[in-house]
Amino acid sequence: MQSNDTEAIELRSVFKRFRTPNGQTYTALRDLNLTIYSGEFLAIVGPTGSGKSTTLSLLAGLEMPSAGEVRVRGEPLHGLNPHVGYVFQTDAVFPWKNVLQNVVAGPLFRGVAKPTALERARSWIQRVGLAGFEDYYPHQLSGGMRKRVALAQTLINQPEILLMDEPFSALDVQTRTLMEDELLALWSTLSATTVFVTHDLEEAIALADRVCVLTAGPATVRGIYAIDLPRPRHVAEVRFEPRFVELYREIWEDLRAEVMISYERAKQRAA
Amino acid sequence: MNALNNAPREDAREETGNAELARASAQWRRHRIVVNLLRALVTIVILGGWEFASRTNIIDPFFFGQPSDVAAQIWTWVVKGTAQGPLWEQIAVTLEETVLGFLIGVVFGIIFGVALGRNQFLADVFSPYIKAANSIPRVVLGSIFIIWLGLGLPSKVALAVVLVFFVVFFNAFQGVREVDRNLIANARILGASSRQLSTEVILPSALTWIIASLHTSFGFALVGAIVGEYLGAVQGIGLMIATAQGTFNPNGVFAAMFILAVVALIAESLVTFIENRLITWRPQPVSDMAF
Repeated sequence: MQSNDTEAIELRSVFKRFRTPNGQTYTALRDLNLTIYSGEFLAIVGPTGSGKSTTLSLLAGLEMPSAGEVRVRGEPLHGLNPHVGYVFQTDAVFPWKNVLQNVVAGPLFRGVAKPTALERARSWIQRVGLAGFEDYYPHQLSGGMRKRVALAQTLINQPEILLMDEPFSALDVQTRTLMEDELLALWSTLSATTVFVTHDLEEAIALADRVCVLTAGPATVRGIYAIDLPRPRHVAEVRFEPRFVELYREIWEDLRAEVMISYERAKQRAA
Repeated sequence: MNALNNAPREDAREETGNAELARASAQWRRHRIVVNLLRALVTIVILGGWEFASRTNIIDPFFFGQPSDVAAQIWTWVVKGTAQGPLWEQIAVTLEETVLGFLIGVVFGIIFGVALGRNQFLADVFSPYIKAANSIPRVVLGSIFIIWLGLGLPSKVALAVVLVFFVVFFNAFQGVREVDRNLIANARILGASSRQLSTEVILPSALTWIIASLHTSFGFALVGAIVGEYLGAVQGIGLMIATAQGTFNPNGVFAAMFILAVVALIAESLVTFIENRLITWRPQPVSDMAF
């Protein structure tokens, strides 16, 4: 929506190899080139095990590329990327902190004075719809509510770049649609560049400005599609628009080929 | 019984929920009563059988003692004191050794466990020594400690420390190793420094493991104190047992055992109390009907 042409992050011919426990090397990413523009919502889809999460880890600086480089605002990235927020696939809120303590953690880590931090935390808890649950511990909340905590915890740091790794994949379908809508509503009030990893093409098209399809591992970019559906979107309704169906069909052609490759490989490995 | 309760008010649908609840709680209460009665019965059968068997000379009371004499022995100790002085003093001495050994062992166990858990290099250097030290049956160290530290309190504390240390150490070490990598990544991205990572993420997470080890290790501290006293001491419950053994007094051994069991149970409930205070965030375990 607010996308313009300045680059927020760039991956330049990035390779990522891992050493497997039996001493072999496994290539997760191969010659991956990807530019993410400031303010855009980019979704990354790809078959299971295609290195989507690895890509996010590189963008966050949690891991270093084996070759190539990650550039943030034109500068090569060394170590943790200070401009990102990261919403994890599994629960990563701290189980021993209550909602308020979880949300306020980021600002306190970064040295914000406690009264200011608490005030901001309360306002964020309100924004994600958890007012009244400040004293609850994560185990007392539903999966959807824990995701809201994770969102508030991440967004309170006002990250320029928001990375999301299949954040809603563990939720039931209704909660998921609800959370997707709320994410879009939140996102439209922020100026954060968002990179959203998912294996669900519908979710990708419904949310994103651009969808990037990765190949089966070792992953590289198979294609990038601009999603020209108007905003604001309603996730539950946008799926029925003719343009949505058209885009879906077009991208699915690409994605299916990769999914089949990955599926055949998994079958061979099992055999 | 169900039919009897429901028959008079079949129409009162909204009442069924309440009735159901009331019935469940009544059933639960009855269950508790039955369990407690049976528990008492087990004690009566065992102690009664023992008393009966020794009175009728089925077993020799000289070797096996008998409950009434054990009770009499405890009463004598309470009223007239033991051979080494008043009973409460013996309990106090043993408890002091236990608690000191427990605290020192726990503190060192946590410090070393967390340090080695966080630092792979240190862990690589020390792991063979720790494995070797752990493979020694540590009770034998009691003799060395008595030679080094004498018959007083320090040698017992030292033995208790050694026993407690390894239990806590391994749990702390494992707890640090098992911290969810996502939690660490999340904290780092949120802006936690290395120090904040230790205090805000790794320690609280490992605390579940450490606390679990406190139950076992308090028992070990008690074992350390008793065995230490047993090997050579001037006061304490362990010495009472050793004295009773030396004078061929089975009632004395059983009486001391009984006192120890009471002390251990009280201490155990204290540890549980502390545990619940420390880990308030943990989901309450689904309450077991029997406990």
